[in-house]
Amino acid sequence: MNPELIVFIIFGTVSIIGAIAVISFRHPIYSALSLIVTFFSQAGLFVLLGAHFVAAVQVIVYAGAIMVLFLFVIMLLNLGTLSAKGALTGKLKGVAIILGILLAVEGVYIAVRALNKTEVGLKVAENAASALQDNPIETYDVGHIGSLLFSKYLLPFEVTSLILLAALIGVIVLVKRDKQPEN
Amino acid sequence: MEINILEQIVIPIIKILFIVHLLIIGVMVMIWSERRVSGWMQDRLGPNRVGPQGLLQPIADGIKFLFKEDLIPNHVDKPLYVLAPVMLLIPAMIAIAVVPFGNIITIGEIEIPLQIADINIGILYILAITSLGVYGVVIGAWASNNKYSLLGGLRSSAQMISYELTLGLAIIGVLMLSESLSLRVIAEKQTTYPWNWNFLIHFPAFLAFTTAMFAETNRLPFDLAEAEQELVAGYHTEYSSMKFAIFFMAEYMNMIVGSAVVVTLFLGGWQFFGLETMGGPIWSGVISFAIFFIKTGIFLFVFIWVRWTLPRFRYDQLMNFGWKFLLPVALTSIVVTGTLWVVVTENKLLWIGIGNTVTAFIVVSIVAGMLAMDNNSKTAAQDTSAAPLRGLEAIE
Repeated sequence: MNPELIVFIIFGTVSIIGAIAVISFRHPIYSALSLIVTFFSQAGLFVLLGAHFVAAVQVIVYAGAIMVLFLFVIMLLNLGTLSAKGALTGKLKGVAIILGILLAVEGVYIAVRALNKTEVGLKVAENAASALQDNPIETYDVGHIGSLLFSKYLLPFEVTSLILLAALIGVIVLVKRDKQPEN
Repeated sequence: MEINILEQIVIPIIKILFIVHLLIIGVMVMIWSERRVSGWMQDRLGPNRVGPQGLLQPIADGIKFLFKEDLIPNHVDKPLYVLAPVMLLIPAMIAIAVVPFGNIITIGEIEIPLQIADINIGILYILAITSLGVYGVVIGAWASNNKYSLLGGLRSSAQMISYELTLGLAIIGVLMLSESLSLRVIAEKQTTYPWNWNFLIHFPAFLAFTTAMFAETNRLPFDLAEAEQELVAGYHTEYSSMKFAIFFMAEYMNMIVGSAVVVTLFLGGWQFFGLETMGGPIWSGVISFAIFFIKTGIFLFVFIWVRWTLPRFRYDQLMNFGWKFLLPVALTSIVVTGTLWVVVTENKLLWIGIGNTVTAFIVVSIVAGMLAMDNNSKTAAQDTSAAPLRGLEAIE
């Protein structure tokens, strides 16, 4: 058994257990912590794929910054344990069941397709493998990502930054109270 | 895949053991020197009874912590309460893995780089791992189920989010010039002479980074999370014995790792006037390690010095300082470094250094001026609007 497989199994198992724990725990703090564990082990999976940069960003942005905000809000609101009967009642329950079934069907469909190795999937995998063979390190290097962002994906990149800017300004406008009348 | 047992297993394990032990011993020395230096600064003796010059005091402290009763209060959330100190200690410990602590030692045909892992995203790894450290504080504070602890935890998380931005942005200028994220390359690019080191080229960014690091390590003047006069002991109020000691160790470990990172990024790493190239393949490695060690030690002294010199910030001052001064300075340094790198053709480093300092000065004066104007208009508005409230003020 090669070492990469062992590490993959460890990270994969931990991330699945973490994901299940997120929805199993009754207390929001425990759920948030499980989510951090999941994000972190996903970063481990990215490292296995050779995508070091994506792994680091995953930890910095999701596990580091966003989850701290989550915890901050949970602690600030002092949310208690959810009751065993749960919040899912009435109409929401029906919607949740339908959406859940749809999601499960999608998941199964994707898994079956991947296992069947369709022609399209095979081609994609071959391309990826050959790209990796031509250029084993540089394919996922930070410099490569940077030059791609500023050449091939320049428009989406700039649009994304504009959206973020709009969100920033929106938050400031919403939060800033009206100036009190000066008289 | 063929595995070379000596090079891929034995040597890394030796390096890891060496560094981890060095960290733990470093923590003990830091505790001793903190108390002695503070004594020296306050014109008193400090602990000097246990061993020569009180050097064995940390060991005595450690024994005391080990034998104290490990008290777990009834009202705490037990699993998280036990987990929290470890969640703070582990990130502090593993962040050192990518820091190069010396040149390459060559024994025969084997090259041993003095660094546990040279990964090509080194500095991002450090940012990622240090950003995880806040969970120990927050979770410990919440699990203690104590109002003072919770306040400390909330303060700490808000502070970390605010200062992490500066921490990340301040190094982008450095990364632009070294064109790499690997800490070894960043250190090597600064060459061996102090006037090429990044702390001169990126002086404002250096100050911003160092300040943000003080905030990240929860040291005075940024120790709002444990402010004794306001919150008893903040997030670790309910902790005793070894669990408290682990919180303490993590703080000092964070300081040591932080100093090592600053030395690598801004102070030329293990290089000093070509001294690190002298003395053959083995001794040059040892000398380079000694240089790195001394530099880190000097920076750690600055940590202690600042702690016993500056008073604590008020919370609104902390937020204002972070968002209105440090962040603009860090952002300006990115723009200026990038622009000058393209525009200037000769003496790039010199011009970038001058440009960074001048623009940072301008930005800080503009912000300070705007704040002063804002304050003036506020007080003016209060003077006119407070008229109906005069009666209340008179009562007070």
